[in-house]
Amino acid sequence: MVIQYLLGNEAIAHGCMEAAIDVACGYPGTPSSEVIDTLRIVPDRAFKVEWSVNEKVAFEQALAVSWCGLRSICTMKHVGLNVAADPLMVSGYTGTKGGFVILSADDPFAHSSQNEQDSRCYARFARIPCLDPSSIQEAHDMVRDAFELSEKFSLPVLFRPTTRICHSKSDVSLKDTRVSERKALFEKDPRQYVVIPAHTRLLHKLLNKKQPEIKRWLVDSGYNRFEIKGKTGIICGGIAASYVREIAAPDTSIAIIGGYPIDEEWLCSFISQHDKVLVIEELAPVIEETARGVAGTVPVLGKITGHVPFEGEMSPERVMTYLKAAGFSTTKEYEITSEPVAVPIRSPILCAGCMHRTAMYAIRKVFKDAIYPSDIGCYTLGIQMGTVDTTICMGASITVASGMSLAGESRDIICTIGDSTFLHTGIQGLMNAVYNGANITVVILDNRITAMTGHQPNPNTGITACGDVVPAISLEAICRACGATFVETVSPNDLVTFINTLKEAKSKNGVKVIIARQPCVISEKRQKISRGRYCVNHDTCIGCKACIKFGCPAIELHEGLAYITNLCSGCGVCVQICPVGAIGREVKE
Amino acid sequence: MSFDIMIVGIGGQGTILTSNIIGRACVIEGIPVRGAETHGMAQRGGSVESQIRIGQIFGPLISPGNADLILSFDLLETVRAAHWLKKEGEIFTSREFVVPTSVYMQDYPAPDEHMLLSMLGEACYILLDTIKIAEEAGNVLTQNVVLLGAASRKIPLSSESLKQAIRETVPKKTVDLNLKAFDLGVEAGKNP
Repeated sequence: MVIQYLLGNEAIAHGCMEAAIDVACGYPGTPSSEVIDTLRIVPDRAFKVEWSVNEKVAFEQALAVSWCGLRSICTMKHVGLNVAADPLMVSGYTGTKGGFVILSADDPFAHSSQNEQDSRCYARFARIPCLDPSSIQEAHDMVRDAFELSEKFSLPVLFRPTTRICHSKSDVSLKDTRVSERKALFEKDPRQYVVIPAHTRLLHKLLNKKQPEIKRWLVDSGYNRFEIKGKTGIICGGIAASYVREIAAPDTSIAIIGGYPIDEEWLCSFISQHDKVLVIEELAPVIEETARGVAGTVPVLGKITGHVPFEGEMSPERVMTYLKAAGFSTTKEYEITSEPVAVPIRSPILCAGCMHRTAMYAIRKVFKDAIYPSDIGCYTLGIQMGTVDTTICMGASITVASGMSLAGESRDIICTIGDSTFLHTGIQGLMNAVYNGANITVVILDNRITAMTGHQPNPNTGITACGDVVPAISLEAICRACGATFVETVSPNDLVTFINTLKEAKSKNGVKVIIARQPCVISEKRQKISRGRYCVNHDTCIGCKACIKFGCPAIELHEGLAYITNLCSGCGVCVQICPVGAIGREVKE
Repeated sequence: MSFDIMIVGIGGQGTILTSNIIGRACVIEGIPVRGAETHGMAQRGGSVESQIRIGQIFGPLISPGNADLILSFDLLETVRAAHWLKKEGEIFTSREFVVPTSVYMQDYPAPDEHMLLSMLGEACYILLDTIKIAEEAGNVLTQNVVLLGAASRKIPLSSESLKQAIRETVPKKTVDLNLKAFDLGVEAGKNP
């Protein structure tokens, strides 16, 4: 045994290796990405790791690996599970053979997400077991044991960490990693693997029959546990349980839910020993609804009674507030302080030299009174430039654009989508737009990598998760195969040509595709590509602020004149924007 | 009770490396530790914070008004984070600050050092020329370790554990550089 200080996701990856996994696949998504990112750089690994093109693909592959008798995990963020929901809902019916774990990382407070969705609801929907860790150590232990749980019940196990597990750190006790000796062998059994109506009706019965045994096992194994301390009780789960343990008074009983489905009889035996209970959980009232169903005359306080909010994330001081509101005693008194209002906000912004800024700058110039559907990636930050009118979910830029075209909206419609997002779920939208005669311009912001989640490679990068060089797919060929006839590739850094291409697209009807290709500046820096910096000649600068309005973080204004700081990555776009030619190459003395 | 430290700055300045050094030093001393970090898109030049709780066995989050110490890489971020500090807490901050692009784009008055310090009010702070000290150590990128060195006398971990943690955490080629930065930081923390 060894103790290390690890990120939650690193501890989870280690747990997978202790369980001797055979395959890990997933699609990047904050806060889940570092699990695969940790596994893919393990030297001399005996297991296989891949970044798949989307979550449905990752899920189905991992399920098939399990059917071959091997252990597999697929990883995604909570909204990725929506993409994988189709196979998820049947996977409980077909069941599994080798241990199969679905990691779906939830993001309470939507730190880096489009919604606050609760994956536990999916587990209940699909009738599969769900494990919900309350600490990093528990996350590590749980994911390791989840493979055995999956094999015990021949079911997928949904493992659900949240942002404060994935992106927190802790001292973690680790055991040795193990190497799998399993051999892939698919044993044909159409009654299990072919879900025609005659089979699926029986499989559904089988799935339902497993439920009571799972509930009992989760109590017997200690995942769901309680300690009686007094006449008031708190039922909690996930990271919120750690805040409760820090804050609750010593005479308060605590029940911790680490696994679902919850055994109602067991939960009733806890509730019935108290005068009242409070449920503290993030996101959906999953525990609370179960508790209300079995509480009888004991009052159950929580979200439904207005004592705890439905939205946002928990923290020690918030838990304290909810405990007080419900009339529970606490060990700590916090004076709640807040951020001073006068400090200018520092929102995340696109990097100096980022091609997304340039592309959106040009789009705004050429398509002035247009509608700008966009998508999910760094370029969503284009909202600061006024060129992001809609963002809902992966791939929805092209379909929202074609939908508005279908509605008969008379303005120009130009949408933006990143290369990874296009390959994830954008292609179908493009095919549909061409097929059904939409009148839109599609700009694929091709920076050759999945940047926002931490620079994971995709089929467009020409490299696999483990670093093998493979042929990069051709976005041009895909777009043409979808039926688009106007497909032009330009680097936005060549601002004049890029603007002219946009103008040409604007003058034509139908689906026009522009591939805006320029590698991510962070990737370039990591590859030690340097273009040298630019600087402002202050004899020529007239202080017109044209470059300032471009919004590059490397350009500052001092006493009415522009200055370029050492953040400059040398993209050269400001040179093309300056109306008086005041910006030039930095000359080293 | 744990000793709670907030480390604040701008995405890319090295807040995570600093908290990794402290976390590793805790493991060296056999003390439980919890930390929370900013990952994802917020890192793109936005305000970031790392929270680290030395001796904590429960959750990773500090409560506002309860941090024992704030380490800050940017004076403007110090002002933003000051409400996390407890009354008897202390701030070690760089005097450097980057003006957010939003200020230039929206024609707000740019903040200056005097204005920012006055916003800190009665909080106990030590202002450090981190760039100058880091350059003296040999690389401007060691500002985070300079700051850690300066604050080390307040952190309930031995200097030797912190140094050992630096050796185990930073890239091998930069160990000596970072140890020098740490020592220069210790000196600067004594004589602000």
